Parts: sequence; structure tokens; C-alpha cells
Amino acid sequence: MPLKDVTVEIRSQRDIITARQEAREMARRLGFKLADQTRLATAVSELTRNALQYGRGGVCSIEEASNATDIRICVVVRDQGPGIADIQKAMTYGYSTGKSLGAGLPAARNLMHEFSITSEPGNTEVRACMGRRR
Amino acid sequence: MKREEALKIAILKLGAILLTSIPEELTDEDALEFQNDLLEMVKRTNAKGAVIDITALQIVDSYMARVLNDTARMLKLLGAQAVLCGMNPQVALTLVEMGRELIGVQTALNLEHGVGVLYRLLDSEENL
Repeated sequence: MPLKDVTVEIRSQRDIITARQEAREMARRLGFKLADQTRLATAVSELTRNALQYGRGGVCSIEEASNATDIRICVVVRDQGPGIADIQKAMTYGYSTGKSLGAGLPAARNLMHEFSITSEPGNTEVRACMGRRR
Repeated sequence: MKREEALKIAILKLGAILLTSIPEELTDEDALEFQNDLLEMVKRTNAKGAVIDITALQIVDSYMARVLNDTARMLKLLGAQAVLCGMNPQVALTLVEMGRELIGVQTALNLEHGVGVLYRLLDSEENL
């Protein structure tokens, strides 16, 4: 039986903390090592902060997506903000439309095994997964 | 509804230097408030430097890394030194993997070393 999905609404800075704690906890329960727990929690911190800063808040869902060969955990962060005009640019280190370092998205990508973004005005979704062999 | 209290991080004076330890979880706002408090405290106490212990931090994302970096640079601008100590190994691993060297600060393994490193920095300044 896969673990139940956890959903965290991202409306304040506190929710960023809740989301990354929940992600770490699920990774721990799925038997991921401390390094992977930290990678995942850090990525969740980056993605949920983006949703709060640029998407005026959103929803973070943490899901087990294991298959026959791998234990997998996926994080999906959605927001209804203006969207990312140029995803390729947004994935470039040092690029930011706000006041940030422009390190958030590329950092999250580097920490996770799979990473994808779809974005249009009013609907942005970032999906990031990590897995380990069963 | 109860208002969330802002987190106050203790900053202790020990002779010419300041010691402070960052708690496990803090919001972006808490981090900025800490930055401000530390700068004020350095100014008020004429401290020559500060050791910032991050032993409790389980996560340093790009935002927190920037706040720590900026804080050290701001202290330098005031004429004080900063040493960051006690970084969790998983945090070090994550920061390196995240891409660039996000932490451009003087670091030390633990509080004891951190104080030692800070005193040495201050000594070498005096001998200039």
C-alpha cells in the first residue's frame, strides 16, 4: 500500500516549513537516507517559496509514486500566479524576475532526479521526483 | 486568532565577540530579523566579530544561504568579522549539489573552532 498523499496549502512562510517537514517525514518513512531527505526537503523549500513569492501562494502535494523496481517520492507544487514567461531562462542560475538570487529552480532541479515545469498564466505546475531501487 | 510571535534569537556577548545560535526552523522573516538584530548588536556593543552557530539547521536553501552570506558581508562593512560554524554534513552536501558556492563565508567545524578562528582573524587584523 503506498503512503497517503500529503497536501499542504502554501499561504504563508510558515507553510513552507510545514511542507518541507512533511516531505522529509514521508521520505524518511519510505526509507530514504538522511542525504536524500535533506535534498528533498531543500527542494520543497525552494519550490514552495517560489509559489508564495511569484504565484501568490499555491498547493504543495507530496506523493508516493513507487513502481515495481523503485521507491519513488514526487512533489507537485501548483500555483495560480502569472506563470513563468520563459521557463528556460527561469532554469538558468542567476536569473530572477524578483529580488532573489535566481538559484531556487536550478537548485531544486539539481537536487532531484526528475524535474518538469508546465506554466501558463494562472496555472503553473512544478513536478519533482526522487527514487531509489527497491 | 493568536498572532504568531516573532522568533527572537539570543545574541550573547563574550568579551569582544558575539555568539549566536540559529534555531532549527525559522521563517524568511525570522532570518531577516536576526540579520538586523545582529548588525544592531555589533554596533551597540562595539563587537569585533560574531560566531554564528548553525548546528541546529537541518535545511539551508538558497534563501537562507543568501541571508547568511549577506549577514557576513554586512558585518564586514561595519568593520567586524563573521564566522559560521557547525554546519550539518547533509547541509554541506546539499549546498554543493545545488550548484554554486552559495556560502562564501568563513566557516568552522563547531563552536569551539569557530571562536578560535574568529580570534585568529582578529589577531591577524591587529598585526597588520
